[in-house]
Amino acid sequence: MQLIRKFFYGDIPDGASGAEQQTSVTKKTDWPLWEVFIRSKQGLDHKHVGSLHAADAQMAIENARDVYTRRMEGVSIWVVESSQIVASNPQEAGELYEPATDKVYRHPTFYDLPDEVKHM
Amino acid sequence: MPTYDLEKLFQERIDQEIKIEPKDWMPDAYRKTNLRQISQHAHSEIVGMLPEGNWISRAPSLKRKAILLAKVQDEAGHGLYLYSAAETLGQSREQMINDLHSGKAKYSSIFNYPTLTWADIGAIGWLVDGAAIMNQVMLTRTSYGPYARAMVRICKEESFHQRQGFETLLVLSKGTPAQRAMCQDAINRWWWPALMMFGPRDSESSNSDLSMKWKIKRKSNDELRQQFVDMIAEQVKLLGMQLPDPALKWNAARNHYDFGDINWEEFWQVVKGNGPCNKERLEARKKAWEEGQWVREAAAAYAAKNKTRNKAA
Amino acid sequence: MRNSIIDYTLYLADSALILGQRNGDWCGHGPILEQDIAITNITLDLIGQARSFYQYAASLIGGDSTEDSLAYLRGEREFKNCLLAERPNGDWGQTILRQFLFSSFQRELYTVLTQHTDQTLAAIAEKSLKEVNYHCRWSSEWVVRLGDGTDESHLKMEAALENLWPYTRELFKAADYEIAVGMDPSSLHTPWFNQVEKVLQEATLPISSTEHIFMHTGGKQGLHSEQLGFLLTELQYMQRAYPGSNW
Repeated sequence: MQLIRKFFYGDIPDGASGAEQQTSVTKKTDWPLWEVFIRSKQGLDHKHVGSLHAADAQMAIENARDVYTRRMEGVSIWVVESSQIVASNPQEAGELYEPATDKVYRHPTFYDLPDEVKHM
Repeated sequence: MPTYDLEKLFQERIDQEIKIEPKDWMPDAYRKTNLRQISQHAHSEIVGMLPEGNWISRAPSLKRKAILLAKVQDEAGHGLYLYSAAETLGQSREQMINDLHSGKAKYSSIFNYPTLTWADIGAIGWLVDGAAIMNQVMLTRTSYGPYARAMVRICKEESFHQRQGFETLLVLSKGTPAQRAMCQDAINRWWWPALMMFGPRDSESSNSDLSMKWKIKRKSNDELRQQFVDMIAEQVKLLGMQLPDPALKWNAARNHYDFGDINWEEFWQVVKGNGPCNKERLEARKKAWEEGQWVREAAAAYAAKNKTRNKAA
Repeated sequence: MRNSIIDYTLYLADSALILGQRNGDWCGHGPILEQDIAITNITLDLIGQARSFYQYAASLIGGDSTEDSLAYLRGEREFKNCLLAERPNGDWGQTILRQFLFSSFQRELYTVLTQHTDQTLAAIAEKSLKEVNYHCRWSSEWVVRLGDGTDESHLKMEAALENLWPYTRELFKAADYEIAVGMDPSSLHTPWFNQVEKVLQEATLPISSTEHIFMHTGGKQGLHSEQLGFLLTELQYMQRAYPGSNW
């Protein structure tokens, strides 16, 4: 597999510039990562919109408000520390999700109703 | 599953326009390339706050001050969306910032140019954001899910940036002789650097183009640059101004504008660190980070104390 | 009475503008990206409040007075902002403490102002109160985090308190125009102090040390610190250098 040499927006190859002293890293300043979920005023459920760093839950909510709701009002914000999220394994998608396609009677389009029956 | 099968499945997903998500298997080169591109894009947004932030305190009216504050704040937000997308690929924000400060990671060179006058703020909005938007729209279809979604959100917010830039210049172009001169001068200084934003010529890349194959990138540098020139060459007429390129001319046969040669020597010098503001930009970011150390430590310490208190309560 | 309303409105506008101008300097230089966004939010709110007040004052003054002519063409001795607003940013601790002391005051002030007979002032106060509540929340949390964080942050907050406390009394000392419009702020001191004391205590900051501190005044009457001159130089530069231009 050939290495990529094409340059694209914002990307400069490592060799082309000089590196400087590395600033020291300290663990005691680590602010955990939080995932943010927003439900808009007209929305039905919370949608994942991204993540941010905050030292505590209060700050996470306020940061989420400042970053993700600048252009809208009346929203509900959920924040969860990323480490607390348990996600399904995409490799297991087959066993978790496929069986539903057999159960086609769960889908409303399976049923043929007379035209007179509206709004169903 | 053997790797070549995984690669085959991976390429099939790409070909079918199915997004790749954080927990999916991906070739190491794909992960690294995306990480580098996304984090550098994030760094660009953050460093980009500096040349514009420069004029917040001196904005010539309260309305312009508010607009500029909102724009720069948007850029911070965009940086945040992008850092967030990059972190899904396994690198922490702190690591990315260290790479920026050490010079290992790059940011768009355009921000190494100085904002000398108020008109520069208009030129940046019109030309720099204009160029960025062109690239960003393309990236909304990039194959990596979190990156594409961040780009969709960014594009929605970006449209006001270019408009406010153009409108800022429009007002100047209809103003006093001093304002008109300021407007033309800013365009003269920002035009070529804006063209350089699209990167080196296509001809300087290798033939095997993984970034196109993996749909990380969907249009070539030259294609985007041409699109940009065509758009701006028309818009500048509305300002009654000139672009500083004597070779700029409509070519009916190609159905595009011909334009002059970019000074690639300047491009590489700026990339190498010899642009007018490279040092200042990086120093400003390092200073902010270092001086903020005690703040971040204190907040973390307080959060830890609180956790203990809550457990004890 | 009309002149007093104008002066009073300018006092409110100037205070919001000058503090907004100070906070704006943090944009791109905050301790972490998320806080850059937060303080810029507050700055935008303050500039917004200032604009509302200036526009009202301009309409009362008439002639060719505009929000910009008031913000950009008045001199050092004409500005009526409280001294607290023009205090330098210092470090992050001093900035958030300044915000906390100021916003806590604005909350009490605007709450009373919503009941004023002047409908415009009342309306601006009502709209601003929502924002101010957020500013209080955000800044008070920071005061506690930094006061009760590390030893280093605690010392910095003690220093910040020592620097800023001498400028708080002025907020509650009525200028003539405040009395003339029926907005004597002295009654606001107790609720303000109760709230501030609560937060400072939670932040483990020694409020008792503030008891015998000499208080500075004069901002409301146009007697400012030397720093305001420099601040106005930057703020007003473009309009002074290019008079009579549209932007």
